Amino acid sequence: MTTIAELPPGFADKVLSAQSTFRSVMDAMARPGSVRRIVPGAGAPDMVMRGTAAIALTLFDHDTPLWLDAPMAASPDVVKWLKFHTGAPVVQDSSIASFALIGEGAALPPLERFALGTSEYPDRSTTVILQVESLDAGRSFELRGPGIDGAATVQASIRPFDLFERLRFNEPLFPRGIDVVLVADDAVVAIPRTTRVVSKGS
Amino acid sequence: MAVLAHAEAGEIAARLRDFALPDHQDLRAPENGLVMLRGRVGGDGAPFNLGEATVSRAAVKLASGEVGFGYTLGRNSEKARLIALCDALVQSRDFGGAVERDVIAPLREQLMIRRQQAAAETAATKVDFYTMVRGEG
Repeated sequence: MTTIAELPPGFADKVLSAQSTFRSVMDAMARPGSVRRIVPGAGAPDMVMRGTAAIALTLFDHDTPLWLDAPMAASPDVVKWLKFHTGAPVVQDSSIASFALIGEGAALPPLERFALGTSEYPDRSTTVILQVESLDAGRSFELRGPGIDGAATVQASIRPFDLFERLRFNEPLFPRGIDVVLVADDAVVAIPRTTRVVSKGS
Repeated sequence: MAVLAHAEAGEIAARLRDFALPDHQDLRAPENGLVMLRGRVGGDGAPFNLGEATVSRAAVKLASGEVGFGYTLGRNSEKARLIALCDALVQSRDFGGAVERDVIAPLREQLMIRRQQAAAETAATKVDFYTMVRGEG
């Protein structure tokens, strides 16, 4: 049997790379709107950014059902890579997914289709990992909420353009809701369910 | 794979040392884990969990694209990596024959000799039990 596969490698140093990636994502979650860098230590298949790949290797495992957007789900390279390195089951039903991987913002389905958690277990909601074009240029958004001293500004070119309007649907749901992680190459910004966009410039 | 898994890591490394190894990278860095061993009473009874054993696994990719996998009992990560490397080499057109001839064949021979020795030592201690026929009266 000859296995000739285009399978990019995982972390060279599993423990240290996973720890440093986890630290970046945790800091990003704790300080919404701040841009954190991920030290890329792994290969990545086409369509998957370096940062996204590192997050996938760090957070996904066989206990985390994973939902992929249509372009990613249609790519055997991506599905095979995720399966080989993380073992996460890829599900069709977005309402039971722990993580959703969105490569192309236009393919983001209505947010209410994801798991929102329950009042008893608000942590059982979907964390949406959204790849965006840039996190240091583009429209500026002003964020307020827990973890932000006053207001934080983030500049980003994001698709879908109405992402933050859509995220307003988190407001009446609290403590349930969707957390979003924005990734642009090796930069990460988290928008947890408590963060509100109060104004935006051009 | 069975031959390599039973060989010592040092033996595999020593035999691979003579090769001009092609470029390769760790697709999956060696890692240790546990597997549940299952047994069956008498070989065909109901399965039960015997206990857990450590295993190591690794995956190696050659520059030419062949992917090899290595699994072995125990926590010797380097051995898992060597097995994966051999597995990948065996699949490649340039190295397959040489690896089979210079690495795997001698190791297989050693393994057979060891098994035969063990079987012979065991056989020497064999005791035949028999039941005496009960007397007629």
